[in-house]
Amino acid sequence: MNKVFKAEKISANVWWVGASDWNVRNFHGYLTSRGSTYNAYLIIDEKVTLVDTVKAPFADEMLARIRSVIDPEKIDYIISNHAEPDHSGALPAAVAAIKPEKIFTSVAGAKTLTAYCGDLGYTAVKTGDAVDLGQGKCTFVDTKMLHWPDSMVCYYDRDKVLFSQDAFGMHLAGSYLWADMYDWSVLEQEVRKYFANILNLYSDKVIALLDSLPGLGLDIEVIAPDHGPMWRQELEKIIALYRDCAQQNPRPKALVAYATMWNATKCCAEAFADGVRSKGVEVELADLNVCDRSDIMTKASLSGIIALGAPTMNNQVFPLMADVLNYLKGLRIKNKLGFAFGSCGWSGEGAKQIAAAFEEMKIQQPCPMKQVKYMPTEADLEEFFNTGAALAQELLEKLK
Amino acid sequence: MEKFVCNICGYVYDPEKGDPDNGIAPGTAFADLPESWVCPDCGATTDEFEKAE
Repeated sequence: MNKVFKAEKISANVWWVGASDWNVRNFHGYLTSRGSTYNAYLIIDEKVTLVDTVKAPFADEMLARIRSVIDPEKIDYIISNHAEPDHSGALPAAVAAIKPEKIFTSVAGAKTLTAYCGDLGYTAVKTGDAVDLGQGKCTFVDTKMLHWPDSMVCYYDRDKVLFSQDAFGMHLAGSYLWADMYDWSVLEQEVRKYFANILNLYSDKVIALLDSLPGLGLDIEVIAPDHGPMWRQELEKIIALYRDCAQQNPRPKALVAYATMWNATKCCAEAFADGVRSKGVEVELADLNVCDRSDIMTKASLSGIIALGAPTMNNQVFPLMADVLNYLKGLRIKNKLGFAFGSCGWSGEGAKQIAAAFEEMKIQQPCPMKQVKYMPTEADLEEFFNTGAALAQELLEKLK
Repeated sequence: MEKFVCNICGYVYDPEKGDPDNGIAPGTAFADLPESWVCPDCGATTDEFEKAE
């Protein structure tokens, strides 16, 4: 079936030719509540250039958008800034339709794209290399491990557009191409979620890259990422938000995330949360039975206290908590105060494994782990309340 | 002693500094790193490293 989709112009010579995935909700385990977009861009210059492609099932949508501007065979170059399949899945279809003269990618990108798409003939580029498009040129900057080894960005000087690949992006499908047409609170929420779940472990590299930006001497008017809307106003605001995410500064907030079988751990969590609140510190309770791991990570990234509670099942920490611990550990959260708790019947590995995970993550635990047998007594709950209050007090001192 | 760079993420192993966070004392040559040592930034194994230019 022929699809009808139109390209949308984002600057004098650049068109958005990507795809909207309105209903994707599970993006390799990341809950994409607002869907996502896969952004591809078409530069109309003497050498017509396609920057990135889309996820494989959206190849027709991208090609239809391209056709609304130009015959795909008139495209000379393809630039692949990131080899992950949400941006390279449609590369083989694009190459078949375009028959490009060259495909530019990073050194690592050439290897990764060969693995995913076969050898389509790649030209590897490094930081500082540029390709002349006639009226303008595209300059490449390696952004290794932000967030894959192959990651790079490129800058088109004629229209002052930075094609930033996954950086400054978010999972958000919507009617508008421009970030300034959305509510800032929505953008901030989705950017923080994206950062926490994709980039948090590379925070130091993000800071180093942000520090190096002025030295690159790029006069940027538009930031065009590979997911979500594009930025054309107050670029310093999104850059500052990225820096804030990467600094992982603790905030006056507590996340109390728990798994529960017969409500015992839940009772402990609620008492602890009330204690935190009694000191005027914001608290959020999250039951892992209904709360996605990617939301837990986002909430954790915004909290100064992370209290994790779980029962013991089959001599192990409850599986939902094991999943979350594994995820938080991989994303290398830092600057938190931790508290491990739970309820068990007999062996009690639950809270112990949480405490051990905190230790491995080098998360300070000012209050010792607390575990109750079967159901908490009134005295136990009193103690949980007091522990919540004590940790909140400790956090407030730390933030002074 | 020579520095080695990770081909995957660009981390530089400096023998003078070692990698104390992961139990590698300052002064440990790259060749003397235990087999279990991996790049502290990206987790790549030592065969992904080459001599820094």
